[in-house]
Amino acid sequence: MGMTITEKILSRASGGSHVKPGDVAVVDVETAVLMDMTFLPEGWREVLKLHDKSKVAIVFDHLVPAPTIQAAMAQRAGRLFAEKFGIERLHDVGPDQGIAHAVVADRGYALPGTVLVNGDSHTCAAGAFNCAARGVGGPDMLFAITTGTTWFRVGETIRYDFTGKLRPGVSAKDIFLFIAGEYGAHVNQNIEYGGPGMSSISLNGRRTLATMGTELSAEFVIFEPDDALLDYMHRVNPGATMHPTLPDADAVYKERRTIDLGSLEPLVALPDAVVNNSVKISAVAGQKIDQAFVGSCANGTLDDMAVVAKVLAGRKVAKGTRFIVTPGTQAIFRAALKAGYIETIMEAGAVVTPATCGACIGGHMGLLGPDEVCITASTRNFKGRMGDPSARIFMGSPATVAASALAGAITHPGAFFEGDAA
Amino acid sequence: MSGNNMLSGKVWKFGDNINTDLMLPGPYLFRGEAEQAGAVFMNHRPGWLAEMKPGDAIIGGFNYGMGSSRPAARSLRNCGVGFLLAESINGLFLRNCVNYGFRAFECPGVTQAFEEGDRAELIIEEWTVRNARTGQALAVSKLPKMLLDMMLGGGIFPMLEAQGLIALKTAG
Ligand code: SF4
Repeated sequence: MGMTITEKILSRASGGSHVKPGDVAVVDVETAVLMDMTFLPEGWREVLKLHDKSKVAIVFDHLVPAPTIQAAMAQRAGRLFAEKFGIERLHDVGPDQGIAHAVVADRGYALPGTVLVNGDSHTCAAGAFNCAARGVGGPDMLFAITTGTTWFRVGETIRYDFTGKLRPGVSAKDIFLFIAGEYGAHVNQNIEYGGPGMSSISLNGRRTLATMGTELSAEFVIFEPDDALLDYMHRVNPGATMHPTLPDADAVYKERRTIDLGSLEPLVALPDAVVNNSVKISAVAGQKIDQAFVGSCANGTLDDMAVVAKVLAGRKVAKGTRFIVTPGTQAIFRAALKAGYIETIMEAGAVVTPATCGACIGGHMGLLGPDEVCITASTRNFKGRMGDPSARIFMGSPATVAASALAGAITHPGAFFEGDAA
Repeated sequence: MSGNNMLSGKVWKFGDNINTDLMLPGPYLFRGEAEQAGAVFMNHRPGWLAEMKPGDAIIGGFNYGMGSSRPAARSLRNCGVGFLLAESINGLFLRNCVNYGFRAFECPGVTQAFEEGDRAELIIEEWTVRNARTGQALAVSKLPKMLLDMMLGGGIFPMLEAQGLIALKTAG
């Protein structure tokens, strides 16, 4: 019986045994990513022996630069840990700063065909790189870095085959909103993305789609490898050992679904839930907004900055509307600066912040007041997620959010992409 | 484990899709462990904590423990639940049962076989549970040895401590 991509990677990482749904696989962890929250005193313990320092990366992201003493202490614990064991991949406040999943993507830490864990729930973001990546608990991270292993209960896999190509103004976020609206949650299931249209989705778009898999309650979310992925990996992480993994021809899926990318249109999720909550923009167009946000591990890529700049170019954010834009990493920030996107975005009246989780988690900036309305291109629109629980959070693509920021109300972005080549 | 290790507990039945918010409500997320243990099912089944006795068993339906990665399993352990049997257990919740040393197993058919108030007798080494009232015995789904050892050994922290991989909580 053939295996899906996830099953094959877990099989390889567990020493080659055949892995099937229902099994518990004990696997070698190739990459363990520790983020700032992992070092909070309630969950962290002093490590006496580390399995392999070269397999660890530390990224401070949720609360950077530290807005509270508690956050500062967690970061200090992380620095001391890195120093004690000589861990080189430390992404502290500074030029290498960023949201962990975005840093992993920028640097090519997620190696195709291997296992990656992080104590943050959006870790399946690394599935864009054909990597079996999963968010686990804080204790699991201590287990992974001291023993070099972790375990997963293997779920069944849903396979999505993409055909065609997205139309201008439609993005990976809209693919996600379509899947979330059409198929809902994927509890205890893996998602595998592939098909003849997959390669037409940019690597950055795949990052968005993989990251959002968490909101589908999926276990592993994984893309097939292609030339674009391998070229990228060789460029950003030269010399790394990779095991690009395709599914077996006779892989067994719980279900196979085909999506024609060319048929999709921009969608919006209504407030309070991401799944089973997508509507056409026409259903909410004209809804006044107080704040617009583009950022997070899902939508802080260079593609996202480019799209926002394209929509904003030569125009002004509506009076009375706040537009916050947060690049996923400082490296993306610098690239967007060089490309001229940041200047365009700022000239239009948006605020560009340093790379951090920030407004996505209602952290240390960009919070919403009572009864305010926000449209966000980030990961979650849960009640109270970005500030006061009475605030209402709509979710859309960066293009939709930018178009809405210009109008001060939820707006279809189509007009900004007319005449673009498909 | 050694000798006759039957766990015997009075059964409390909960339904399908019991989520982690019900066991560990959001407002208690950043409170201490003891306070969290005192909040188990406070909105879902008020007064239950006062009625249940240490060692009692929870019987759940499908997808028990769905939801976030919060340490709800730790709360069940801390409030004295002896063990949990469910038709199926959510992956992340099972992970935390192992992490925090809370006995939780899948047992297809368990909701049919037990009524609230029955006594469940679980013998882990034999992977069976028996209803003391009806005499019916059911097979409990096996957990791989590594996970079972961790679960029965109190979870990840005691294990890593015993192996000298992490410092004791009191140290430093
Ligand atoms: S950006 Fe948002 S979703 Fe992503 S890791 Fe940070 S808080 Fe979580």
